[in-house]
Amino acid sequence: MAQESTENVIDQPEVLKPRMVTVEIYGKKFEVPEGITVIKALWYTGHEVVRGAGCLGGFCGACATYYRTKDDPKVRTCLACQTAVEDGMSFSMVPPFPARKAIYDIQTLKDPKQDLFNLYPEAPLCRNCNACTEACPQKIDVREGVWKAVFGDFKSVSEMFMDCVMCGLCTPVCIADIAPNLVALYVSRAQGAHFVDKPVQLDQRIKEIEAGKFSDEWGRVMKMNDAELTKVCAELK
Amino acid sequence: MDIHALQQIVHKTRDERRKQTIPKFSPADRDQLITKFHPDFREAAYRPIKFGPNAGEMTVRELAALLEGESPVSADLDLTPQYQADVLVVGGGGAGCAAALHAHAAGAKVILATKLRLGDSNTVMAQGGMQIAVTAEDSPVTHFLDTLKGGHMKNDHRLLKTMVEEGPSIAKWLLSLGVIFDRDGDGNLHVKKGGGSSKPRLITASDYTGLEIMRVLKDEVLNQKIQLLEFCAAVELLSDGNGTCTGAVMRDMDNKRFIVVAAKAVILATGGIGRLHIQGFPTSNHYGATGDGLSMAYRMGAKLMHIDTFQYHPSGAVYPEQLIGALVTEGIRSEGGHLVNARGERFVNELDTRDVVSSSIIRECEEGRGIRTMSGRVGVWLDTPLLDVEQGPGTLRKHFPAMVTQFERFGIDISKDPVLIYPTLHYQNGGVKIDTNGESDSKNLFVAGEASGGLHGRNRLMGNSLLDLMVFGKRSGTTAAQRVGLMKQGRLTLEHLTKFRAEAKKHGGSSSVISPMVLPAYAKKE
Repeated sequence: MAQESTENVIDQPEVLKPRMVTVEIYGKKFEVPEGITVIKALWYTGHEVVRGAGCLGGFCGACATYYRTKDDPKVRTCLACQTAVEDGMSFSMVPPFPARKAIYDIQTLKDPKQDLFNLYPEAPLCRNCNACTEACPQKIDVREGVWKAVFGDFKSVSEMFMDCVMCGLCTPVCIADIAPNLVALYVSRAQGAHFVDKPVQLDQRIKEIEAGKFSDEWGRVMKMNDAELTKVCAELK
Repeated sequence: MDIHALQQIVHKTRDERRKQTIPKFSPADRDQLITKFHPDFREAAYRPIKFGPNAGEMTVRELAALLEGESPVSADLDLTPQYQADVLVVGGGGAGCAAALHAHAAGAKVILATKLRLGDSNTVMAQGGMQIAVTAEDSPVTHFLDTLKGGHMKNDHRLLKTMVEEGPSIAKWLLSLGVIFDRDGDGNLHVKKGGGSSKPRLITASDYTGLEIMRVLKDEVLNQKIQLLEFCAAVELLSDGNGTCTGAVMRDMDNKRFIVVAAKAVILATGGIGRLHIQGFPTSNHYGATGDGLSMAYRMGAKLMHIDTFQYHPSGAVYPEQLIGALVTEGIRSEGGHLVNARGERFVNELDTRDVVSSSIIRECEEGRGIRTMSGRVGVWLDTPLLDVEQGPGTLRKHFPAMVTQFERFGIDISKDPVLIYPTLHYQNGGVKIDTNGESDSKNLFVAGEASGGLHGRNRLMGNSLLDLMVFGKRSGTTAAQRVGLMKQGRLTLEHLTKFRAEAKKHGGSSSVISPMVLPAYAKKE
């Protein structure tokens, strides 16, 4: 590096001298550097992770984890790849929960809003305990979403659950045996497949391609040599 | 210095920068910049491959070692199959699911095997969108030319033409499955402009495009009752002794046993190589991105192409430590976010291609205009608050909820403060050479998605990967399914492996690594 001064260096005392903290993993105590993610703490302490790691970017929901911070009785949920450890924290990764997923053919549904009650008859039995909302690491108002699904507001559900990473943490806590993430996925798919206008421009483009609208242009382009193509490409702005 | 003190320069220079237009590099300047600063041109990181179909060609040392690696399967393994399928799909990401669904729809008995869970992939993380030429001002031909330009003219023309022409029908298929894309007021698909593209062409589901597609495809695979083998890693292919692929040997990740799957055709949808951490780079890739398909196809005799070129996404997070390597979506630059050096200056047209932008960031940092962290990293600022300034408060949160949440977890509000970024290993531009149906040099061995090569040339354009997965997943699945109807299951042998081992021996033996890697070894042993 050409740059020698300390002028443009960000202070990170935690990096220069990592403070070790004590955490409890699956009930055993370990020392790990403060501030690393939960998944890295597992690796740091020699745990092989096969089930419980996926995208490592906070999108796939594989690393659902229960944790509790020091002196707090509340057990919370998180994604292990997105949460930093702190002193006194206890955590365990959550094994997959055997929730029932309904099987359906999304394209041939006749009455998707009514079909919800056949596919997920437990959906209207929500008892409003709000445990699902509290369990969601993505901060989705899950309970509200279940009610909106039941009342047929599929559009709102599809918007509310766009952040859902399908970790399934809302399911084991449900006292009415609802799998809210699966209900929402059905609802969102039904919304997309049945209650959204078809984009006219897209169909137009498909027809144009089928009718060979671009054939002449393709003919010209595919015959060009590299120099000619380079020239055409250079003109694109 | 305190990070907030360092960030002041970004706030102070914002109004001045908003008046600027940064021109794109001329082709000559672009080539000079890339040759000097792009990691693909660090000679010390490369070596020739010693043997096999690409003997003598250069690739990064990490990949060369795997290609020359030792199979975990011994020649005397009992090859009595535990499972039989018409089509075996290896990989549970976007390409794998698309291949499985189309093969199934065409009447084949499909098994989908994946070493992690169905859906665990890079696809699920794709934020920027999917390029499809749907607007009146755009056309598949323009999409073709943009991609060719971005790929340094090295793209396979036939693969590329196939992809851009099938794009619109893919969008229609996804819509019919219930995928929700962003719309304009008139109901048409909303399009955004991506880096290196001359027209707005990115179709999006906020910044969750990959997640939205993956959620739906995964659900559809389950609805279609396609047989799944989760936590089963393919470790070796099977051949009939004449170079035709006839199945695969898997390893059960739970009990470590080998499982033999007989299949009339195999589709490798095994993804990329980020977790090899080439040249020590952090990566944006998922846990299983270890290039397994490349090693297996290579031993089978399939030729690879463009395996000397990788994509370093310009904006990987450098701060905080917990997010190192994680992507800050290109969408932020698409919507006008500036890249700013330690002096408060812009230094590149933020919408240039990824290789150009990455090279220019590396240049700024190597020439002393970067911002360093105490963990020895360096980066430049991405002016995220600018989006709220330009388009009104709340824009960032509305358009990039995933991004905002990710940083919020660590107490950082990216709508108030800029983020520090540096290129991160993102994509393998090349892969197994395929034809327009996704078939490799080895008969009945298909490859789809990032594991395949040729389509993207030497630099993939943003948004072309999601489309690649869907188009070549579909084509390989459909072609394989049509073909197997007329075929008998071939013999199951490891003769290709025996041959490969003999060749390795002639060249001083295989490298000492077991290949495929399957998962990176992150667990500390002592």
